[in-house]
Amino acid sequence: MSSTISRQDFLKVAGIGIGAVGLSELGFDLAEATTLRQQLHIAGATESHSVCPYCAVGCSLIAYTRTAADGTVNLLQIEGDPDSPINEGRLCPKGATAMQLATSKRRVEQPMYRAPGATAWQPISWDDALDRIAGHIKSSRDRTFVTTDANGKHVNRTDGIAFAGGATFSNEEGYLAAKVMRSLGLVYLEQQARV
Amino acid sequence: MTNHWRDIKNADVILITGANPAEAHPVGFQWFMRAKLDPTKGPGKGGGAKIIHVDPRFSRTSAVSDLYVRTRTGTDIAFYGGLMKYVIERNLYHAEYVTNYTNASFIVKESYGFHDGLFSGYDPAHRSYDAKTWGYETDADGFAHRDMTLQHPRCVFQLLKEHYSRYTPQVVSAITGIPQEDFLKIADIVGQMGRPDKVMTIVYAVGLTQHTTGSQLIKSGSMLQLLLGNIGRPGGGMNAERGHANIQGNTDNAISWDLLPGYLSVPMAGDETTDEYVKTHAAKKSDPRSWNFLGSNYKKFIVSTLKAWYGDRATAENDFAFAYLPKPGGNSSWLSIYNEALLGKMEGLMLSGMTAASIGPDSNQVLQALSNLKWLVIMDPFPTSSSEFWHAPGIDSAKVQTEVFQLPMTHWIEKDGSFTNSGRWMQWKDQVLPPHSDSRHDHWVLAELHARVKRLYQTKGGVFPRPIVDLAMAYKDPLKPTLDEIAQEVNGKDLTSGKRVATFAALKDDGSTASGNWIYAGSYGPKGNFARRRDGVQDPAKNDPTGMGFYPNWAFSWPVNRRVLYNRASADLQGHAWDPKRPGIVWNGSKWVGDVPDYPPTMSPHDPKAWLPFIMTGEGVGRIFSSSLVDGPFAEHYEPMESPVKNILHESVSNSPVVFLYDKAAGRPNRFGTPDEFPIIATTYRLTEHEHYVTQWVPHLVQLQPEAFVELPPGLAAERGIANGDYVIVRSKRGMMKVRALVTKRLGQLDLGGTKVWQMGIPIHWGYVGLAAELYGSQSDHWLANALSPFVGDATARTPETKAFLVQVEKA
Repeated sequence: MSSTISRQDFLKVAGIGIGAVGLSELGFDLAEATTLRQQLHIAGATESHSVCPYCAVGCSLIAYTRTAADGTVNLLQIEGDPDSPINEGRLCPKGATAMQLATSKRRVEQPMYRAPGATAWQPISWDDALDRIAGHIKSSRDRTFVTTDANGKHVNRTDGIAFAGGATFSNEEGYLAAKVMRSLGLVYLEQQARV
Repeated sequence: MTNHWRDIKNADVILITGANPAEAHPVGFQWFMRAKLDPTKGPGKGGGAKIIHVDPRFSRTSAVSDLYVRTRTGTDIAFYGGLMKYVIERNLYHAEYVTNYTNASFIVKESYGFHDGLFSGYDPAHRSYDAKTWGYETDADGFAHRDMTLQHPRCVFQLLKEHYSRYTPQVVSAITGIPQEDFLKIADIVGQMGRPDKVMTIVYAVGLTQHTTGSQLIKSGSMLQLLLGNIGRPGGGMNAERGHANIQGNTDNAISWDLLPGYLSVPMAGDETTDEYVKTHAAKKSDPRSWNFLGSNYKKFIVSTLKAWYGDRATAENDFAFAYLPKPGGNSSWLSIYNEALLGKMEGLMLSGMTAASIGPDSNQVLQALSNLKWLVIMDPFPTSSSEFWHAPGIDSAKVQTEVFQLPMTHWIEKDGSFTNSGRWMQWKDQVLPPHSDSRHDHWVLAELHARVKRLYQTKGGVFPRPIVDLAMAYKDPLKPTLDEIAQEVNGKDLTSGKRVATFAALKDDGSTASGNWIYAGSYGPKGNFARRRDGVQDPAKNDPTGMGFYPNWAFSWPVNRRVLYNRASADLQGHAWDPKRPGIVWNGSKWVGDVPDYPPTMSPHDPKAWLPFIMTGEGVGRIFSSSLVDGPFAEHYEPMESPVKNILHESVSNSPVVFLYDKAAGRPNRFGTPDEFPIIATTYRLTEHEHYVTQWVPHLVQLQPEAFVELPPGLAAERGIANGDYVIVRSKRGMMKVRALVTKRLGQLDLGGTKVWQMGIPIHWGYVGLAAELYGSQSDHWLANALSPFVGDATARTPETKAFLVQVEKA
């Protein structure tokens, strides 16, 4: 890049500053090239609607994916939805890096179990984990269930189990969680709103 | 939010307390700037909306505000109380609104009083109030006496005037640290917002909520807004900026100990039948012209929810399976969970997408609580400080007997479903990616766990299995329900026709309708899933017909797609907009037009029997005086539980007399510090580049803000010989942090009527788990901000007081 071009000029010619964009001192229309590159990047991609997973502004997102020949779905890009009356396409640093959260290589890969007093995790199958947790729920429920209180009032509650969760639960997951947990008798039910 | 993000562009004044939207909600902040840059907005002749920022720390919000004042954390009631006094004494309140649209005219019983820091009905043994002493004086029908001249000595208006008469600018300044002249500058601008053609919005976040007086802090702002006539109007309201993608929706859907879906109260011991439950919890009319919409329809909503949960097993004969609902014996909120574990009573805990160790408060005590559990289930896409708690720094794994399960869950983008934002807009998202590796959906795991527990009860028997066995899981695949099916269940249907209901008006109390959550009825009605709607700014003329930014066909806004709550109050008694340039709804001679009316659509304002404007309250009007909070009918300033100064209003009742003291009640040693040992006020907050703790797994964000730090004002740093970038040790009575110091004049000293105090700041984002913790190794051992915060919460909501506590700081 020519040293005579200031940062402001560069932003202008790159089409991300404010002002007219035309044939630049670089000898070609950088804005047009950028747009073209961008279009090729997402050409023919599947466009899906999403919502930012972070704060509760609720910035609307558009996600672009392409399915490879082997069936793998590749996430190409996440951007702010320009049609949205909430964010009009804009994103903050967190929303703008949502793709790194979505494609992180640091996920928990499989169910893990840590025995009492153990100093390390060990893998466990889903089936085994769910069976053991269900067993714990039943035992703790049976041990701590209160049918009537000291005044003889029916309370039908499980005092010894708590559930907390879901700042990123969708409404539907959250609704199901509350429904299932209350059916188990849980009253210690919490989520991120209070903390 | 009573209003919504885009609506903030309609304001003349934006008063921000306990929030830093430019950094914590940056994209929402564009609407603040639109108002500021709009010459038609603003006090007087306009020239742009005025942004006023009242906060302990100068931030990028302050940088673009017209007025920034440094305040002491947790003292906003004094600030709002002072503003109310100013507005009342100078007759700057919106008189027509206050008289007709609030309970200012209601007459309070003689038993009410306030003396030496205590409201009437105080019971020191139980640290509680008898709120019955705060009731209205009523006639034989239970209707409150009113004095529309507002002159009766016991009418709410006169009691209000008397209550805040103590909040002089001098007192406000001595409590908050805001210089009197700055306070008066703000009061002058705010005082202009009681004019009908002007409107102010108040924006707040957890800087108000996370205090022992949090609910009252918010109420004090709401009270001011009612006095100024700014509730229910575009550009007005009391607007909470929520901090997580779907906190709003998960509160609406009642993952909360005290709620059932749609803000119905949780049944408590003694509610033996639906009728008793409704009688205890539904609001009663206190004025003949109050519609009391929620109170009048309470039974329809609870019965419809029970039908959604228990299907055919909920019948009129078994009182719609009401007995199946568990009834708490007392407070069962976040702090109580860990308190029960510390007491050895809590056996198991399931955490999904939340991490107790980092959230705290008093992380060390929470870590002890986790160690006391028999079993812990972590449902999360990533390792968290809770999944790894048993080998956290300083913990001997071999001694921790908790069995821990870590289940890999799918991300938001690997499943569909809807998020409801702070402005109550419910947006559907698509499933974009398949589940990563062996991850499973939360809703499938929940369905599986239910099925397995059910099978255990069916095969082995056990205590009271009916609620589990009878639960309606009538999905195509009961083990793998789709979120679309659940969304339809939440919306509800007529069980006779099988058709989804279009609004909650269709819900009945005889068991012939089911609706999981009445406030979402209509989100997925006969015309389909409205949360998917995307008619936005691509065509403003078509999609925003009023020009007010409602965009009614973008997503769905509960209830019934209403964009501004209480919008009947946006029009005067005749149905004209208070400000014709900014109408919410107006009466066109035959119906209400504009936003979806918060009122019967064709009820004429000229009908002498027309309902009062606030249809959701028993009073039919907005409540300046209210007995719904346990710590008083008016907001009163109390010091945080840890404070360097005594309460100058009433030294003998310095902090809240009704806050629940968990440690004391449990017989644990005192964990509150005193100012002689811990003289510095600390507060906590977020940075733009992180969102609580999950972003510790996002490389770009960790690069942008890699390392834990605290912010110290230069004067304090100089006193302690601390230079910018030095490592420091910050201690409270409960724990410590060892981090770098950022010395910055963003923070400073406060002059509290001659007493000088320092305030420092602590970002919350770091701990012993994540990319930065891996990079920094043992240097990250003491990065948990909430190791410092106290194990105590708001008197009513029990929201922990993580925004105001005492620390000491020294060079490491």
